[in-house]
Amino acid sequence: MKHLSKTDKSTFILVAILALLAPFILNPFPEGSAMAQFNAGYPDLMQRFAIFGILAIGFNILFGLTGYLSFGHAAFLGVGSYSAVWMFKLLSMNIVPAIILSVIVAGVFSLLIGFICLRRSGIYFSILTLMFAQMSYSLAYSVLTPLTNGETGLQVYNDDPQYLMGPNSSEVTNLFGLEMRSTFTLDVGPWAFQFNLGYYVCALFLLLAFYIAIRIFRSPFGLMLRAIKTNQTRLNYTGLNSRPYTLAAFVISGMYAGLAGGLMASMDPLAGAERMYWTASGEIVLMTILGGVGTLLGPVLGAGFIKYFENIFSKINDTVLHTWFSILPDGLENAIVWVLHFFVGKGWHLTLGLLFMMIVIFLPGGLMEGGQKIMNKIRGKKKNDKDGGAKAAATPAE
Amino acid sequence: MGILEVQNVNKSFGGLKALQNVNLDIEEGTIHAIIGPNGAGKSTLLNCFVGKLVPDTGTVMFDGKSLLGIKPHEINQTGVSRVFQTPEIFSELTVAENVLIPCFAKRDGAFTLNALSRVTGEVDVREKAEQMLIDVSMEDKKDMLASSLSRGDKRRLEMAMCLSQDPKLLLLDEPTAGMARADTNNTIELLAQIQERRHITMAVIEHDMHVVFSLAQKISVLAQGTVIAEDLPENIKGHPKVQEAYLGGAH
Repeated sequence: MKHLSKTDKSTFILVAILALLAPFILNPFPEGSAMAQFNAGYPDLMQRFAIFGILAIGFNILFGLTGYLSFGHAAFLGVGSYSAVWMFKLLSMNIVPAIILSVIVAGVFSLLIGFICLRRSGIYFSILTLMFAQMSYSLAYSVLTPLTNGETGLQVYNDDPQYLMGPNSSEVTNLFGLEMRSTFTLDVGPWAFQFNLGYYVCALFLLLAFYIAIRIFRSPFGLMLRAIKTNQTRLNYTGLNSRPYTLAAFVISGMYAGLAGGLMASMDPLAGAERMYWTASGEIVLMTILGGVGTLLGPVLGAGFIKYFENIFSKINDTVLHTWFSILPDGLENAIVWVLHFFVGKGWHLTLGLLFMMIVIFLPGGLMEGGQKIMNKIRGKKKNDKDGGAKAAATPAE
Repeated sequence: MGILEVQNVNKSFGGLKALQNVNLDIEEGTIHAIIGPNGAGKSTLLNCFVGKLVPDTGTVMFDGKSLLGIKPHEINQTGVSRVFQTPEIFSELTVAENVLIPCFAKRDGAFTLNALSRVTGEVDVREKAEQMLIDVSMEDKKDMLASSLSRGDKRRLEMAMCLSQDPKLLLLDEPTAGMARADTNNTIELLAQIQERRHITMAVIEHDMHVVFSLAQKISVLAQGTVIAEDLPENIKGHPKVQEAYLGGAH
């Protein structure tokens, strides 16, 4: 912590508090109330917030910092998941070896893919990574069935060797005996706050990932990555070799994705090829852009935003809508429900798409830019906006 | 024996012979101007020095070592820095960061995975970069984004970036192109100062005769890919071949 500057330290502490208190923050509505379905404080979703947060932070090191848009990042996520499940099948249900192996395998895999793809930049790089990811998906789906169990997906069976499994070992994923699924529920009046061990494991990894990302952002290495994004020609004529820098960034972000994949399998010991599909890669890009490319906090926000929509909006169906608008006259109620029907439930992609469009058009810097604008307005009113504009232009969004 | 020796360099693009048997000898510690009409091959020649182009035949020796077939960043690490015709700077970074990067490159070499130290904690590099900004009198602009600088300041920044590497040879491609007279004079003064203080060898491509004759200690004239004259400035003005090819008989 002593290696962080003041602002970075406060950002980190803010994220730490949000992550540790997430079961409270994400659960603002009492159980059983009409708003209860907007609660996101259940273990499954909170785990996903943290895992996709890690994924987006890692992706941002490559895309936000270095300017290389990888369209195949889900491949590393998938590779990480498969490695973790193999550890469960071969050793035991302890998540430690699983996560270590998933990071290593994803790192090696990204080294290979990065070595080839980084020969090109811009759109050609994106296409190459997309191609590799689709290739991995197809291989996992068909040819590599002995390794990946094809379309069924890789999972743990009773007859798996599990060499390290003792007679008393837990049958579910655990951290030296502490089961990931174990949840403590705190009832306060009508609220029920759930504290899940799996979520806290994910949250700790998220904080670790975030801390490393801050250090990279502020390091000479991070400065070189930003230099590559703005002018690679100058960098080469300044005596720096851009290839190893881009490759290192690619491998680091691949390892982040591997960690996310390993955690995903640790929460639910399954791995399927669809995790590597190109839409999964696209989702990572969306998260980062939505949150704010090249900012520290943005990708985490973007990941949370998309996962929240995916899980909450998709649950709202016509029956729910009818109960909301039941006070209105029947004809009007039906009309409103008919219109809203397209935006919720299975139509949540439409809402997300519209929001994404609006953010990209009005806030090209993503949610972070929105937050900054609001903060500037509040501060501007206080300080009468003396130097706000000039300073905001000079310091890139953080 | 010069610090940069170019012998019999030929380069053609398809049917166009851009350089024909070019011989050039740049002596250590001097400012050597390369002049010539548009399309004479000046920039092509410079590109052969920094590894952007490889000559078809001939040799380019710097400090006793051949520069042919070596990558741009390796050539730079041997001590050749280049200022481009249109400023190549890191426009999305601040002025201070722009100068920090070459300082890191000088200290740490072509690649270091220096991911866990802090830029703000690297005191030696920071001090060097700050001193460089003071030398080119840009210290008041250090927190500005490089893209928001004026054209003249961008060139000045690029020069500062190259100089902060303590190059043995500085290549300048039209350092005053498109500058106002006052800016041009400032640049001349800056280059003269650098030469006096640090004795850096410089090769300058320039169109502006005012700049050439105020700075250069030696001038090579290039026309249609060949060196037609190489002499001291005072002899170049009256050189018959130069008058014919370059000044077009106007004088």
